[in-house]
Amino acid sequence: MMRPPQFLLRLLLVLAILAVWEGAVRLFGIPAFILPAPSSVLVALWRGIASALYVDHLRITLAETLLGFVFGSILALALGTLIALSRRMEYFLYPFIVMFQSMPKVALAPLIIVWFGLGLTSKVAQAAVTAFFPLMVNTIAGLRSADEDRVALMRSLDASELQILTMLRVPTAMPFIMAGFEIAMVLSLIGAIVAEFVGAQKGLGVLIMSMTFTMDVAGQFSVLLILSVLGLLLNWVIVAIRKRLLFWDPAQKIATTTPAERGTI
Amino acid sequence: MSSVPPADTAASGRASAAADLIAVDHLSKIYQTRTGPVTALEDIHFSIEEGQFVALVGPSGCGKSTLLKILTGLVPASEGTARLSGTPISGPRRDIGVVFQSPVLFPWRTVLGNVLLPADVQHLGRAQLTGVATELLALVGLAGFEKRYPWELSGGMQQRVAMVRALIHNPAILLMDEPFGALDAMTREQMNLELQRIWLEHRKTVLFITHSIAEAVFLADRVVVMTPRPGRIMDDVAIELARPRNLDVMTSSEFGRYVKRIRDRFQAKGGLDA
Repeated sequence: MMRPPQFLLRLLLVLAILAVWEGAVRLFGIPAFILPAPSSVLVALWRGIASALYVDHLRITLAETLLGFVFGSILALALGTLIALSRRMEYFLYPFIVMFQSMPKVALAPLIIVWFGLGLTSKVAQAAVTAFFPLMVNTIAGLRSADEDRVALMRSLDASELQILTMLRVPTAMPFIMAGFEIAMVLSLIGAIVAEFVGAQKGLGVLIMSMTFTMDVAGQFSVLLILSVLGLLLNWVIVAIRKRLLFWDPAQKIATTTPAERGTI
Repeated sequence: MSSVPPADTAASGRASAAADLIAVDHLSKIYQTRTGPVTALEDIHFSIEEGQFVALVGPSGCGKSTLLKILTGLVPASEGTARLSGTPISGPRRDIGVVFQSPVLFPWRTVLGNVLLPADVQHLGRAQLTGVATELLALVGLAGFEKRYPWELSGGMQQRVAMVRALIHNPAILLMDEPFGALDAMTREQMNLELQRIWLEHRKTVLFITHSIAEAVFLADRVVVMTPRPGRIMDDVAIELARPRNLDVMTSSEFGRYVKRIRDRFQAKGGLDA
């Protein structure tokens, strides 16, 4: 927890920046289609909320992000486990996966639209593909990080490889996997928005695009604000789960910042 | 005992051989390294009777840990065999309890959960062993700590948890690999007293590996002395100090004589390089 004076200072800083922004826009007469004043962003936001403009788009984007996260995670956990446990699997699969990773996933978006259409499926696929890799790498690293002595203890107890996996390797990997989930959630949202840019009928990305055509920059800012709040909330959920699950991990006690604090950094 | 027929007395030679819980028979271990083969253990031959407390003392690099790995079935011997209760050790065994130098506890398990790890692995049933666990934890002075986590305990307390975990499945033998080596001197003495108390209560067969001569003499019925490169047994000293032993025994002249005898063996070998 932060002490109140520090918190107040931070709030003051945010207000000061907003005030300078507002003042500069008014003073220099910057046109609203280049940089809208914070006040007009707030007005746009309020108008959007009042007319229920965001609700449908937000629901679609959230569904795409969450589904993409789930499918990407399932794939990453499965492949990561396979590669971590089998040297042969690593030998055959890893080169392909690394090659795939060195390619920017957003470049796949047009192809994914062609393959999966303009509906939900293509967005989910894009989100999953974007989110997949870091979680898989973390899963591999985590499952391989079990302490030698602990493995020796398990073996001395005549534990099977499956027992060593479930009782030792998986718990040891959890801090890595949770960190992977955090990254995967952010990347899912990015994947969903990018796919919406390329071709979609609904979603916050579509909303941004249509506002570009009408030069509604204040509206775009309001959507960006919604997107960052959405990202923050999704991250918050993961962090809350992580803290509950990894109460035993000494590394968690060092990182005691709240998600909101981390978000503003 | 007066009704024992003479025939049994005649068979007592064989009977005592059968009572050897651990029998290490001309055992050698050669590691293949990049610079050629390295003999870690050479012609190790000794046995431990049931209920005996044997300390194995030697400087680091004498192959103590290799021997322990062979006895736990984690590493195969190059030559010779090691038997436990008459059967050769060819892999991990469920009738062995091991205490390592570090406690090796799982931080996501409570004290009770850690102690019951062997029960979980070997499907012994948590329900039956929870009572045993509570008793053993009380015996080592950890009553009421069942629901704590390892990171809430001191180093000495963690090592006590590890001891209880090694005893929970009632193994035939307790193998201890420098279990108090990482503790400070004061805690170490306390742990020695406590280990003796537990041993006097349970009379479990113990093989205790250490590089402290004093610790070996204090704890053991017999001290097996090993020298390094290659690891070889140089001496086997019966310690005939009365039990229970308190810390004052360490200043007695008898204790000193044992310690000197063992130290002299090392010095005769050309000094300790460790």
